[in-house]
Amino acid sequence: MEQLGLPGDTLVNYIFPNNAHVTWSIMIVIYPYITGLVAGAFVLSSMYHVFGVKEFKPIANFALVAAFSFGMFAAVPLLFHLGQPQRFYQIYMTPHTTSAMSIFGYVYSSYLVLLMIEIWVIYRKVFIEKANEATGRMRNFWWVLCLGITTYNPESAKFDKQFAKFLAGIGIPWACLLHGYVGFVFGSVKAVAWWATPLQPFIFLSSAIVSGVAMMFMMYSFIMWRRGRGYDYVMVKKFIITLWMAFILDYALEVLEITFVSYEQGAHWAVIKPLLLGPLYESYVLGQMGFLSLGPILVLGIASLLDIKDKALLYLGNLGSLMLVLQVLVMRFNVVVGGQLISKSERGFVDYEFEFFAKEGLLTATTIFIMPFVTYYIISRFIPIFEGKSIDTEPKRLH
Amino acid sequence: MPEIETHDTKNLIIKERSTEPDSRREFLQHLLAGTATATVLMVFGPGVNARSKYTNPADGPEHQYAYVIDINKCIGCGNCVRACKRENSVPEDYFRTWVERYVVNADGVYVDSPKGALEGFEKLNKRFRENIKISRTVPKMCNHCHNPPCIQVCPVGATFKAPEGFVLVDEDYCMGCGYCVQACPYAARFINPVEHKSDKCTWCYHRVQKGLLPACVTVCPQKARLFGDLNDAESEVSKIFEADQWMVLKPEMHTDPTCFYIGMPREVV
Repeated sequence: MEQLGLPGDTLVNYIFPNNAHVTWSIMIVIYPYITGLVAGAFVLSSMYHVFGVKEFKPIANFALVAAFSFGMFAAVPLLFHLGQPQRFYQIYMTPHTTSAMSIFGYVYSSYLVLLMIEIWVIYRKVFIEKANEATGRMRNFWWVLCLGITTYNPESAKFDKQFAKFLAGIGIPWACLLHGYVGFVFGSVKAVAWWATPLQPFIFLSSAIVSGVAMMFMMYSFIMWRRGRGYDYVMVKKFIITLWMAFILDYALEVLEITFVSYEQGAHWAVIKPLLLGPLYESYVLGQMGFLSLGPILVLGIASLLDIKDKALLYLGNLGSLMLVLQVLVMRFNVVVGGQLISKSERGFVDYEFEFFAKEGLLTATTIFIMPFVTYYIISRFIPIFEGKSIDTEPKRLH
Repeated sequence: MPEIETHDTKNLIIKERSTEPDSRREFLQHLLAGTATATVLMVFGPGVNARSKYTNPADGPEHQYAYVIDINKCIGCGNCVRACKRENSVPEDYFRTWVERYVVNADGVYVDSPKGALEGFEKLNKRFRENIKISRTVPKMCNHCHNPPCIQVCPVGATFKAPEGFVLVDEDYCMGCGYCVQACPYAARFINPVEHKSDKCTWCYHRVQKGLLPACVTVCPQKARLFGDLNDAESEVSKIFEADQWMVLKPEMHTDPTCFYIGMPREVV
C-alpha cells in the first residue's frame, strides 16, 4: 500500500491517540538552530585567535561578540517550551545523569561563561581606557567592568593575549561538545526512527558550523554596508571558501545518513521512506537536500573556484549564505518536527500545523530569534567591534 | 589425571608462544579479566534469560506487580477507557489507556481507535469488511517497563520506578520538558495540557496502595485485563506468566514491558 504513502501494508492512516500532538515544536527547532549559530560563530572566531588565520583577524572579535549574543538566547526557547519553566534550575540541582539532556545546563552555562571571560579578556584594555576617560555614572560602569584595575601595561597585554588564546583553544572542543551534544539528545532516542542515528551529533555539529559561518558572513556584509565602509575582499574570499568546504562536509554527512538508512532497508526505512516521500517531501527532498543544498554548493563553488572579484563575490557569498542559513533552519525543522510526524503506531503520519500566536508559535520564535541581533547592536554601541587597521576606509582588494 | 593433563597442555602451548618469562602470567591475567568481563556481560547484558528479569531477589519488595491483557477476551466496549478518564481526570483528547481495533484482510491491515475507543467502536466500513482474516481489539497503556527509556531520559529524575514495579512521575518535580514523551516507544505518555507536566498510566497506584485493583481492571466485563502480584504464585498473572505464552509490545525496543499480552496478532504494534 506504499502508493497511498503509508508504511507497509497499512490501509488507513492510523496514529496513536497521544501522538496527535507534536510535543516538540518550533521552540525546539530554533533552540538547536541558535545553539548552532553560537558554535559556528565561535569556531570562526577561533580561526584567528587559535589557528592564527590572519585573513580572519578583522572579524575575530565580531564573531566572538556575535557568538555571545546568540549564546545569551540559546536556552530561551527551552524556557518557553517547558511546561514548568520555574523548575528549570532542577537540571542544575539534581541532574539525572542517565539522561542525555541532564548536563545540558552545565555544558551550556560553562560555555557561556567561557565566552564572557574571553570577551572580557580581549576587551579589558578597552574597558580600562574607557574607565580612565569617562566621567560620572559611565565611569562607574566601566570601572566595574574592568574590576577596578585601571592600569594596563605591555605585560598585561601579553598575558591577556595568551589567556584569550587559551580560552579560544578550550572553547573549540567546548563548542563542539555543546552542539554535538545537542545532536546526541536527538540521535539517542531509539523510539523515534528519524532521529536514531549515531551520525546525528556530527550532522548537528557540521551544520552548526555552516550556519554560524554563513550568518557571520551576512552580518558582516550588512554591517559594512550600513557603515559605508569598504569590504575586505581577501577575507570575503577566504570566508566563502571556508563556508563552501564546511558545507560540503556537512552535506556529505547528511547524504551519507540517508543513503545508509535507505540502502540498509532496515525497520526504520519502512517508515522513513513514506515520511520523506509524503509529509517531508517539500521541506526535506526539495528544500533541505535539493535546492537549499545544491544551490549553495554551486554558487559558493563558483565564487570559490572562479576568478570573481569585488561586489560580484560579495553578492554570490551572500546568496550562498542566505540559502545555507535557511538550509540549516529547515534541517532543524525536518529533524525535530519531522521525527515526530511518524506516529509510534508505525502506521501513519501526524498532521502538523504552524501556530502563530501560541506560546510556542512563530511570533514567539521570531521575537526570540531577533533578540541576539538586538543584543549585538547594544553591545556594539559600547565596545569597538570592528575597530581594526585592516578595514577602515579603503576596501581591500583581491589581486 | 585429566585436569592435570589439560593444564599441562595449556602450559605447553603458552610456553611455545611466549618468549619472555612473564608473558604466561600476563596471558593468564588477561584470560581471567576477559572471562570475568564476559561473565558480567552474559549475566547483565541483553542476552539474559527473559523470565528472570521479572522475578525478584529474596530481599526484594513484597509485591512485584504485573498486568495481563488477553486480546482474545477484549470486546472493545471502551469501559476501561471511560473508567480511566473518570478515575484519573484524564484531559480530553489524551489517553492513559486506549483500545485499538485491528482488522486484517487480504489487502492489508486496518487500524483505528476513534477517541481512544472512549465510546467503543462503530461498525466497520464495508470497504474493509471483505475477506477479513483477523479482527481484534487491543487495549494499550503504559507498559511499566523494566528497562524504561522514559526514566533513562528524564533530565531531573522526576520519573522513577517504584519498588513494586510502577513507573511513576513525581508531579512536584516534573518540569514538563517532554523528553520522556519522545523516548516512550508506545506513546503512552503525554504532556498534560492542564497541568503542563508529563502524564501517564500509574496502574492506579493510589487504588492499589489501598488494596483495590486499577479502575480499568475493575470495569472490564470480559476480564480481559488482569492485574496481580508475580510474587504470589496463586495469582492469575503468576499462572499466566508461568505458562509462558505471553508476548510484549515492540520487543525489539528492549524495554522489557511488565504488561503481558495473550493472543496478540503479529500485526499489532
